[in-house]
Amino acid sequence: MKSAVIVFPGSNCDRDLAVALRDVSGNEPAMVWHRETELPEGLDLITVPGGFSYGDYLRSGAMAANSPIMRAVKKAAEAGTSVLGICNGFQILTEAGLLPGALMRNAELAFVCRDVPLTVENSQSGFTSRYGAGEQIMMPVAHHDGNYTADQETLDRLEGEGRVAFRYAAPVNGSARNIAGILNASGNVLGMMPHPERMIEAAHGCTDGRRLFEGILEALG
Amino acid sequence: MKTRVYVTLKHGVLDPQGKAIHHALEGLGFSGINDVRAGKMIELDLAESVSDEDIEAMCRKLLANTVIENFRIEREVHA
Repeated sequence: MKSAVIVFPGSNCDRDLAVALRDVSGNEPAMVWHRETELPEGLDLITVPGGFSYGDYLRSGAMAANSPIMRAVKKAAEAGTSVLGICNGFQILTEAGLLPGALMRNAELAFVCRDVPLTVENSQSGFTSRYGAGEQIMMPVAHHDGNYTADQETLDRLEGEGRVAFRYAAPVNGSARNIAGILNASGNVLGMMPHPERMIEAAHGCTDGRRLFEGILEALG
Repeated sequence: MKTRVYVTLKHGVLDPQGKAIHHALEGLGFSGINDVRAGKMIELDLAESVSDEDIEAMCRKLLANTVIENFRIEREVHA
């Protein structure tokens, strides 16, 4: 699997993500700086990591979504390349219009940093095939702006089309319908607030995140 | 030329910051507050040649996220 991690000023989960990708796939991912205008040739997977790109100025992800490299990411996503956005990466993908809705300030206004139970809502996607439908898994969250918001019509469409990939098993941040991660209409773009790259090896206390990367690897053949 | 852009949350979008400000004001003993909505004001110093359409495009592309926010543009008018 040939993968890339996009790095913005203020990204801070880029190296964790690179370790996870290397560990699971056996290949070193390309680290791509946000000022680049082109991605490496023949990528199977583009990842947008967590962090605080541009210090969350204006809105979380707003500046990064307009970075030069994001034009190439949008083009690749439209051409069918898999794209995974985690935490700030999810915020960037919504700001870039690759996923619907927006991530607002947590309803309780507090930064939430803890392990949370998630329910796998869609186990048929190219990201989630290693999970069982309805299975409950653990993943850490660490965010201030994870409160997923969209209009009712969009929420109904996401639910109806099986595009809610993960749901919080209990309210975490005020997210509409407890949504923790969503897919685009073609199913090749996933955005999620929880951090699978932080639960990869036994030393992390849990390996539920590893199966996400294994599922991607498997789907990509 | 100074132009101000006011960005506010759309009606119906829950505003957690506005709610917190509301509670804080009541905590200080102020009463009669029906609702509080928090937004932001962005001040731009623009050349005369920048058109209203340009400013509107700036708002749509970056200054506001129109999924959740409205914007209002106020251009300083020279007498």
